[in-house]
Amino acid sequence: MRAFFTSKWTKVALFFLCLVPFAGLVWRSLHGDLGANPVEFLQHATGDWTLRFLIFTLCITPFRKLFKLPDLIRFRRMLGLFAFFYVCLHFLTYLGPDQQFDLAGMWKDVAKRPFITVGFTAFVLLIPLAITSTAGWIRRLGGKRWQMLHRSIYFAAVFGVIHYYWLVKSDVRKPLFYGALVGILLLWRLGDWFFKRRSQAPVRMAAPSISVNG
Amino acid sequence: MLLRKAQELTYSDVTAKSVYLDRRKFLRAMGIVGATAAAGRGLFEMALPSQTTIAATKLTGLAKSPLSTSEKQNSYQDVTHYNNFWEFGTDKSDPAKNAQNFKISPWTVSVEGEVAKPRKFTMDEIMKIAPLEERIYRHRCVEAWSIVVPWIGFSFSNLAKLVQPTPKAQFVAFESFFDPIQMPEAKYSGLDFPYVEGLRLDEAMNPLALLCVGMYGETLPNQDGAPVRMVLPWKYGFKSVKSIVKIRFVRSQPPTTWNMANPPAYGFYSNVNPTADNLRYTQAQERRLGEIFRRPTLMFNGYADQVASMYNGMDLKKNY
Repeated sequence: MRAFFTSKWTKVALFFLCLVPFAGLVWRSLHGDLGANPVEFLQHATGDWTLRFLIFTLCITPFRKLFKLPDLIRFRRMLGLFAFFYVCLHFLTYLGPDQQFDLAGMWKDVAKRPFITVGFTAFVLLIPLAITSTAGWIRRLGGKRWQMLHRSIYFAAVFGVIHYYWLVKSDVRKPLFYGALVGILLLWRLGDWFFKRRSQAPVRMAAPSISVNG
Repeated sequence: MLLRKAQELTYSDVTAKSVYLDRRKFLRAMGIVGATAAAGRGLFEMALPSQTTIAATKLTGLAKSPLSTSEKQNSYQDVTHYNNFWEFGTDKSDPAKNAQNFKISPWTVSVEGEVAKPRKFTMDEIMKIAPLEERIYRHRCVEAWSIVVPWIGFSFSNLAKLVQPTPKAQFVAFESFFDPIQMPEAKYSGLDFPYVEGLRLDEAMNPLALLCVGMYGETLPNQDGAPVRMVLPWKYGFKSVKSIVKIRFVRSQPPTTWNMANPPAYGFYSNVNPTADNLRYTQAQERRLGEIFRRPTLMFNGYADQVASMYNGMDLKKNY
């Protein structure tokens, strides 16, 4: 099992697996199979895949601990960067077909429509994370600071879900489904942090009593 | 004028034979369950284009209408596979799949309220109220997309004249068919059904207001509001109520479905207005299906000459 997660080929295979949704969209575009509203189809598909990859990325830490699979860490950066890849495509479908590449018009729209404001914020939050995803940047920032910075993925995921929730008119099942997943993954972290603090405290308390007895 | 009588038509001729691939059953059969369902389904849907066939009856002897636009019509495929008909599901592709077995025969429309001659119409009777015309209208959705459709029908005023509204009638209330058994998806929509809509009497009597029984030379496909619906081209699409079973002439402004669901977003009038934005949608522009970039939206969807005078002196931003 361990050999599977540490194999170079697993990583290569995962890379191509992450590209399958993109390949599917390219294939559909070339075959004119994007339905009656191709722009909307691409916007929805790339938005969905952004949220999914954010959720996959947020799954890594809990899964490592719950299933005792520390080697999963090898895939976290790739999944995060694929979330960024899909959000860039998502943003381009908005900047191009919706805003005709007019930046001034885009800013007005970002300021005016709340669901765009919150979605755009999530996108902006992900940019520094993608830039500082390299080993060099981890070194330069130091592990602690790097980790602090990269916690903004929590906000990006939450804003992404709100963006979706505010977009839909009435049937909120899908945004709530994503919201529940993000909620579970964030609550697990909160629980993990709380549990760790509690389990650490008695250890410190116990130490002197042992020495007294000794 | 080429005003010929519509051919004899019986709605029992319309059989909903359908062959289509139920993707959800397919996915279930593939055993994709649990946490991977969302991702897995996305992958599979990319590989499986939707396939539906539609049964319809040809309508002949249609008169041309001076109210028609000469703009390029959207394809029948687009207009039948990109629908907001939330009783049959909230995804645009849902109604084409879920309305296939919708039972539209026998069908009666009850016309009641402040009228001298309340009565029920069978579909066969409705088809004979007035000569059928083809009207090629622009249709603008509040979601900022638009289509051009060759509808078939006649002005609603023809029906109104038969039942003779009394002077007390100020508004017209419409009600769609609803059956939770035939429309199981409706419960997820977040809307209260049956779907209700309404117009001021003068709006309903405007020649543009079409009582519609067909499109593209045929009876209406189920997902487009069979067997009879309204088409109000100067208003956002949700005002054009589908699958009508009841029409009431009433004294005061009737409740309307989307307005009840979200009053600030969807007003009673809901005239197409590029200067009155919705929080989700910029109404200044629209995407015509089949086009990449957006085009400017016209006041009253380009029908100002026919309808603007009805709203003289009204603040259309307040009465959105």
